[in-house]
Amino acid sequence: MSSPAARRLLHPGAWWVWAIALAATALRTTDPLLLGLIAVVVAFVVSARRTDAPWARSFGSFLRLGIIVIVIRVVFQMLFGVRVEGTTLFTIPSVTLPSWAAGVSLGGPVTAEALVDAACQGLRLAVVLLCFGAASSLCSPYRMLRALPSALYEAGVAITVALTFAPQAIIASRQVRDARRLRGRADRGVRAWAGSAMPVLEGALDRSVALAASMDARGYGRRGATPRHRRRLISGLMLLGLCLVAVGAYGLLDASAPAVLRLPSFIAGAIALTASLVISGRGVERTRYRPDPWRSPEWIVSLSGLAALAGIVMAAHNGAVLEPSVYPLTMPQLVPLASAGILAALLPAWFAPRPPTLVEPELGDRFEVAA
Amino acid sequence: MIRFDRVSFTYPGAATPTLVDVDFTVPEGELCLVVGETGSGKSTLLRAVNGLVPRFSGGLLTGTVTVGGRSTALVPPRELADVVGLVGQDPAAGFVTDMVEDELAHVMENLGVAPDVMRRRVEDVLDLLGLHELRNRPLSTLSGGQQQRVAIGAVLTAGPRVLVLDEPTSALDPAAAEEVLAALTRLVHDLGITVLVAEHRLERVVQYADSIVYVPGDGAPIVIGDPGKILAGSAVVPPIVELGRVAGWSPLPLSVRDARRAATELRERLQPFTPPLPSAPAHGEVVARVSDLHAGYGSVAALSGIDLEVRAGEVVALMGRNGAGKSTLLSHLVGLRAPQRGEVRVRGEEPHRLPARSVIRSVGLVPQDNGVLLYHDTVAAECVAADRDGDLAAGTTRAVLDRLVPGIDPRSHPRDLSEGQRLALALAIVLGAEPALVLLDEPTRGLDYGAKQRLITMLESLAAEGRAVVMATHDVEVVAAVAHRAVVLAEGEIVADGPARDVVVHSPVFAPQIAKVLAPETWMTVAEVSNALASTGEGH
Repeated sequence: MSSPAARRLLHPGAWWVWAIALAATALRTTDPLLLGLIAVVVAFVVSARRTDAPWARSFGSFLRLGIIVIVIRVVFQMLFGVRVEGTTLFTIPSVTLPSWAAGVSLGGPVTAEALVDAACQGLRLAVVLLCFGAASSLCSPYRMLRALPSALYEAGVAITVALTFAPQAIIASRQVRDARRLRGRADRGVRAWAGSAMPVLEGALDRSVALAASMDARGYGRRGATPRHRRRLISGLMLLGLCLVAVGAYGLLDASAPAVLRLPSFIAGAIALTASLVISGRGVERTRYRPDPWRSPEWIVSLSGLAALAGIVMAAHNGAVLEPSVYPLTMPQLVPLASAGILAALLPAWFAPRPPTLVEPELGDRFEVAA
Repeated sequence: MIRFDRVSFTYPGAATPTLVDVDFTVPEGELCLVVGETGSGKSTLLRAVNGLVPRFSGGLLTGTVTVGGRSTALVPPRELADVVGLVGQDPAAGFVTDMVEDELAHVMENLGVAPDVMRRRVEDVLDLLGLHELRNRPLSTLSGGQQQRVAIGAVLTAGPRVLVLDEPTSALDPAAAEEVLAALTRLVHDLGITVLVAEHRLERVVQYADSIVYVPGDGAPIVIGDPGKILAGSAVVPPIVELGRVAGWSPLPLSVRDARRAATELRERLQPFTPPLPSAPAHGEVVARVSDLHAGYGSVAALSGIDLEVRAGEVVALMGRNGAGKSTLLSHLVGLRAPQRGEVRVRGEEPHRLPARSVIRSVGLVPQDNGVLLYHDTVAAECVAADRDGDLAAGTTRAVLDRLVPGIDPRSHPRDLSEGQRLALALAIVLGAEPALVLLDEPTRGLDYGAKQRLITMLESLAAEGRAVVMATHDVEVVAAVAHRAVVLAEGEIVADGPARDVVVHSPVFAPQIAKVLAPETWMTVAEVSNALASTGEGH
């Protein structure tokens, strides 16, 4: 185990591998016990290893977002969901829709089976969100962005701007709400929201453009002397690789996809991506400042996440029930192999290095203020 | 180093060009100051240096801009990153990463600088700008001055030969501004970097400038020349130059040091006169009372135990470092925030408990970015909306606006107004409901001297009408001219509260220029000095 004195930030890639693996694990199951276990594991690791920086507080917002997702899913099921036979809990007055809307049902009897199903589906989505929330509060998104290859220029700008858009919009909406109050208008209610939408969007967009301009002015995406045909080759390979990886990842997650869209497509995509990176690496126009090292803690963190994924894949292979039946309702069983894998993902809570203190001013600062 | 060759520029959809036939050269190693009112095209001029105008703004640019021998027409801004470093008006809006050290290294990573060179340059810049203690801090936790220095450092690590800065000190308190300007002069003198900087507060930077580019706006020709010569013919000048004119000095002084050396004789002439006394405490009724106010954001305390009374008819200046809690105090006074502990009462009521409609009748705030108050297409629509919001007789707001600044075209878009006119419009909207307490947050930001003078007149008439005015500001010259009382905040506590003259004159940070020149006597403004001289017929 690494010495506790060596406080440092873990390689962002390790956290993202861990989090994505856990998210993928969650996507393979609707078992509320397993999903709950993943949520607890993620929350525990976050509370043990997040920094004191402002972005580390985002986990709470993701938690709230997850709960909202579950609620929306359940409410939609009650209002618009497909009617299934089962234990009727209560009935919502149903509306008869005109013939052109046949197939869409509105209202009707609400069954326990349908509710449980919707809640489990919602929970799965919520846990996936939670995994991403964990990654972004354990290491700031920008640190991950730094690790992006330069061939992904346009994507990099888009991601950076997107990452700042939400916080900027929150700041702008607070400003606009305050301004409405200063002008003596209602600052709550539907009309207030409707009236402030445009200024908020305008403000956040302005800021996003300013950021993109600043990135450009500081040489982001410089291509230097790379010849045009090579640039096209790199972008083409990159795009192809990304598409194949996306298809492959979908195939791996959806057990009903045809075999050729699963592992083969994933591997082909990975090869194309690697090739594009190697070629773009030859033209070296970018360097890295103090690259994050990849040492044993990074291996432990990423492998512990992958262990959870491996556990659930093997459990599925052995025929374990990962999507417990809701018609009829059955009590979910805790699948031992899958649970063991998920519990392995707890390891980072002890084996990842503690993050350095970022915000708390050091003693030197305080003396300076006092002087 | 920087060459504008008959450059004209028109924004997309604009009827008139912003820049017309701009033609000038900034030689290597000069610090060149760009002056002119907000909206005159200063920012456009600066952003044209590395090609962000027109590449990011759209619009039509004719003529050529050459920098370091490269034309901006041929290469995009990102290929100029090793020649030009551009720091925008709001440094925080341009941050790409979230840690100080990463931000400094970002540009070098893009340029492909070798790792060992990067390490060394980051250390150099950390030392040069005094940032070494902040290297591991998240950017969002820095103060305004620190952010500005990081933003400068973030372009400096590329080793640019030209540095372009858009109002680097306008949001900063005097001490932080000094910090940034000291760093800038060091860059010019020690490293020979060419600096192009736009700034409104001439009194802060003019002493460091080698030349001035004056952008009059409205397409009038640009004037470039020696600072002394340009200021001699200019209508709007910093107080120190005005003092030089009153005293008949030649050449005109540009720094406090020059003026102090020339002022021996003036100090003797002023010997028989006593400077005006500190203004007596106001006796009007208490409009606002703050008692034991505590406030904070998260775990950070912004205000701890503030006690303050504001009386009718007084102008109170709220001063202090960036982040000392000035804006927080104002937002409590207007009821945007509820106190964590303690109490805020305006005319006996707690503002945060009142509905918006009744708050505006007792207290009004013009926020720092007054544009957020304005969201209609025309001035006329803003005025009508303000009348409706406050249940006022039709035309009330427009009448107030005409009293503040007559003759604003009702059809013009609020965004197209000059900074001074926009401030007047925002102030008119707030004043329409006749609040007893008027709050202003950094009202002088972006104002030139003429607009500042009009603001001073406006504030004087508000006080004369019996309103109480509280103004958070870094601008010591305006405090000297108009404030009766100054309250200094530090770390969320009141550290000084008294007549403005007593508080600011002897402070090395807050003293206005005239006070520094004529110390130990407590003269604060040129008007006081010239009145004294005129009273014996001695004035020039």
